[in-house]
Parts: sequence; C-alpha cells; structure tokens
Amino acid sequence: MKIIVLAKHAPDPESEISVASDGKSISQSGLVYDINDWDRYAVEEAIRIKEEKGGEVVVVGVGTNCDDTLRKCLAMGADRAIKIPVDTSFDAYQTAEVIKEAIKDEQFDMIFAGLMSQDLNNAQVGVLLAAMLDLPVATAVAQLKVEDGKVIARRELEGGYLEEVELPTPCVLTIQSGINEPRYVSIMGIKRAKSKEMKEVNVTPSISTLEIEKMYLPPVKKAEMIEGDPSQIAEKIIEILKERGLI
Amino acid sequence: MKVFCVAEYRFDELNPLSIELLNLANQIKGDGTAEAVVVGKNVGKYAEELAKYADKVWKVEDEGLENYTPDLYVDVLLQLAEREKPDLILIGNTAQGGEFAPYLAAKMNVPIATDVVAVDVSDGVKVSRYLMQGKLMVDLKLKSTPAVLTIRQGVFKEGPEVGGEIVDAGIKPSKESRRKFITFVEPEVGEVDITQADIIVSVGRGIEDASNIELAEELAELLGGVVAGSRPVIDNGWLPKDRQVGISGKVVKPKLYLALGISGAFQHVMGMKDSELIIAINKDPEAPIFGVAHYGVVADLFEVVPELIEKLKEIKG
Repeated sequence: MKIIVLAKHAPDPESEISVASDGKSISQSGLVYDINDWDRYAVEEAIRIKEEKGGEVVVVGVGTNCDDTLRKCLAMGADRAIKIPVDTSFDAYQTAEVIKEAIKDEQFDMIFAGLMSQDLNNAQVGVLLAAMLDLPVATAVAQLKVEDGKVIARRELEGGYLEEVELPTPCVLTIQSGINEPRYVSIMGIKRAKSKEMKEVNVTPSISTLEIEKMYLPPVKKAEMIEGDPSQIAEKIIEILKERGLI
Repeated sequence: MKVFCVAEYRFDELNPLSIELLNLANQIKGDGTAEAVVVGKNVGKYAEELAKYADKVWKVEDEGLENYTPDLYVDVLLQLAEREKPDLILIGNTAQGGEFAPYLAAKMNVPIATDVVAVDVSDGVKVSRYLMQGKLMVDLKLKSTPAVLTIRQGVFKEGPEVGGEIVDAGIKPSKESRRKFITFVEPEVGEVDITQADIIVSVGRGIEDASNIELAEELAELLGGVVAGSRPVIDNGWLPKDRQVGISGKVVKPKLYLALGISGAFQHVMGMKDSELIIAINKDPEAPIFGVAHYGVVADLFEVVPELIEKLKEIKG
C-alpha cells in the first residue's frame, strides 16, 4: 500500500494576524508556522495504515519554506519527502497542478490531503488534484477502513451524521480532524529523521485563475466589553446573570 | 447573466441554503436568469419549492441518481453546463457541495472560489471570503467566466419570489459511479442532550488540556448547566462527540452560552449564534467570537473562571 500525503507548512490562525503593507497579503511578522492541523491527521492515518499493512508513505510539500513540516512528517514515520520549492499564491489550481506534475512518476494507491488548510480554508487542493488525475474522491473522511483494492470511508456531514461510501483504489481522500490521535514527535526525533530522503522537484505553475484585489480585517460587530481585574470581571458577569434571572 | 444554483436535499428535506443560492442569483442576474438545478431520482417536490424563487428549475432525474455521489453529480452537471452555458454556477458550501464543486470546476477548467460571502458582478466577478478561520478577509477577482462559487450558509436569507417553470433537463448519467453510497450513520446519543440545556458552559482550544475540563464542569454545575465544546476539544477527545457545538455537531439556543477560550470559527458560530445571551472569555482581542457575543471579556479564562466559581459559591452559601 503506497500512500502519498499532502502536507502544508501553514501559519497558525491563532497567531498574531495583520495585513502586509501591499494590502494584498498577510504580514509575515507575528505568524507562527507549523504543519497544517488537518494534514497532521492525514499523515498519522497514512502511517497507521502502513504500519498495519506495510508499504510506503510519501509526503509532499509545496513552498520554499516547507522543510520543517516535511521533516516533522518524516519524524512521525513517513518514509520520504518530496519538496516542491515554489510559492503558489492563493490559487489552489496552482498548488494542485505542481503536485500533479511532481508525483507523475509515482505509483500510488491513495492520496491523502487535509480537509482544508488552516490559513486559507479553501478546501480545494485535494479535490482539484483528484479531478486532474481523474480519480474518485471523498472529502471530510472521519473514519476509514482499507481493504484490498477498495476503501470504506465515513464522511462527516452536517448535524453529526456520517455518510458511508465505498471507493476503489487509487483514490483521493481528504481527512477530517479527529479521525485519529496524531503521534507526538520530539525535537530529537526530527533530528534523527534527517537521514531520510527529501527530494526537491522543481515545477513552475502555468495556470492562474484568480487575482487578489484586497486583504483586510473583517468588520466586526463588537460585543460590549467587560473590563477590570478578574474579580471585577466575575462580579460584572454575575450582575448580568442576576439581571437576566439566570442565577 | 445566467446563474445556475445547484440545490441540495437530505432526509426528504430541501436544504434552505438552496433558496439562499437563488436569493443571491436573483440579486446578481441583471437581465439574465436565476436557474435552479436539482439532481436525483424523484425530485419533483424539491423542484416545486425551488420554482418559487427561480426563473427556471432544471430537473435531472434518473434511477442511478438516487443517492448523491460526486462522480455522477459532476457527470450530469457537466453535460447540462455544456449545453446551457451558465455564466456562474452557485453551490452550497456544505459537506456535499464543498466536495463536488472543485471537481466540477476542474473538469470544466474554470475558476472556483469557495465559502464565498459576497459577490460583485459590476466589473467581472469579484468575491469576498474569510480566511484564517474568520480573522482576515480577502476580495478576489476571478479571471474568467464561467466560474463556480460555493456559498456560505446564512448570508443571503432575503430574496424575491419569482415563480418560474420546471423543466426536465433530459440528461442521464453517462457512466457508473466509481464511488458507491452505502448508508447514513446516525449521530451517537450521549448521556446529556446539550440542545435541551438552558445554560451551556462551552470550552474551546483555550482550555489547553483535558484536566482543565473540570473547571468548566464545576462552573456549569454551579450555574445548573452542562458543558459543551468546540471542534478542537472534541478532536482531542477531551469531550465526547455529542457535546460538539457547530455545523458538524449540534445547534444550540440556550438562555446562556458562556464561551471559554473559543475563537469563534464560522463552523462553531453557526451552532450557537442564536443563544439568548452569549458571554465570551478569550485572551485574543481579535477573536471572531466577540463578533457574535453580547458581552466579551479579553482575559485569561484561568484567572476569571476561578473568581466566578468563588463568587457563585458565596451566593449559593
């Protein structure tokens, strides 16, 4: 069983976020990068399948700065990494296109991607890649069973429901967070993984479908803010609850 | 412009987002048309509902379309789009729509934008969408039409009644679906039904560790409420799945929703925004939760919650 996993080195949305001076991009200052949270689950799922059934896990990263994330995946247990050192803009087509090109000589049973990236939240690359490769797809996979030549996937729907579907391999699956408990990797583990292969593949995207016009902080209707020290804040909250008859 | 809206239904009910797509289509169609497309085995009743808000409703009916699969939805929509040449195809940003929309766009070789909250067609097609889990916004220009957009639920709630015709599209799947539908799996039922609670103390990633859930439990008990959580807390296994508030969990409308360390991603907000009173405590002053809360506190929950517990204990004696 050979599984290709797409892993993005992505800024954490909980880090300090501002717009760069060009008004069209995210300011890099204050951003903390790590492996995209959904991809962590995708990598873990692939490694578990390999551990059970044998095979190979190849992790693919796009971006000039994605080494840390690829090393982390190798430390988790991926066998080798492919780095595509190009910064594809906002356009998910470009990301899918360069991945398609970089893996064209790989034979695989499945491609895993995270459901979406934690920074752009597009949820497109995995499905676009599936369409470009003309493979069957299932998104938001929350439970997965791999059998010979096919997979049984449970997709997450609205309201706590799941949809169980069967797909032949090869196929593309996008993984929902919570499908497993990703293993922890230590700094030492990441260092040890340095001996694993990380191959660079240079590909230039040719497609361009979108243009960023403007990036800005969303207008928010603000809550009435309660200020003071913790004790004063608690006092005010209790007043509000009393007024409403909640205590 | 000619705007197509792909309807969605499940468990015998049309998703209200399908009407919202038509509201948007009516807003931007100009001297063109807002046309719904409904795909399935027997879709007459959905078509009738959609026709109230559409200039035209296309029925794509076939035995093989009884259950949604991305393979066949893309197959029939490609055929219809090739013949009818819409300028825009609107699809709900749902578990279903979000899955086949990028596939359809790639097969049509056209631009796509997902989770769109505003559309401007005065000069080409421009859309607005959130990124960074709601903390940032971007305006994008699509370089060409036709194009595919997936639309966020709850944004385009108002629109005119149009009263259009229902037409059989005369389109059949051209192949078998590679992916097979097997069954729907019902949500697990837990010991507490959070949708019935008057008071909910809800925790997010800011609760930091499973061992801190106790703090929320103590507060909930003093208030006579229950503990719920947002996605990261459930993913980490700190609370069971049936305590999840959000689109993929439960929709709650308690008298009090106390949000502790919840950033307020859209997927969560849709599950609690109609609560009667929302008080949010979060360290991050930019957290989107403050956009939906009635009262906000920018503070460390580990400093405020123990104070609250102390004072409630005093009151209760």
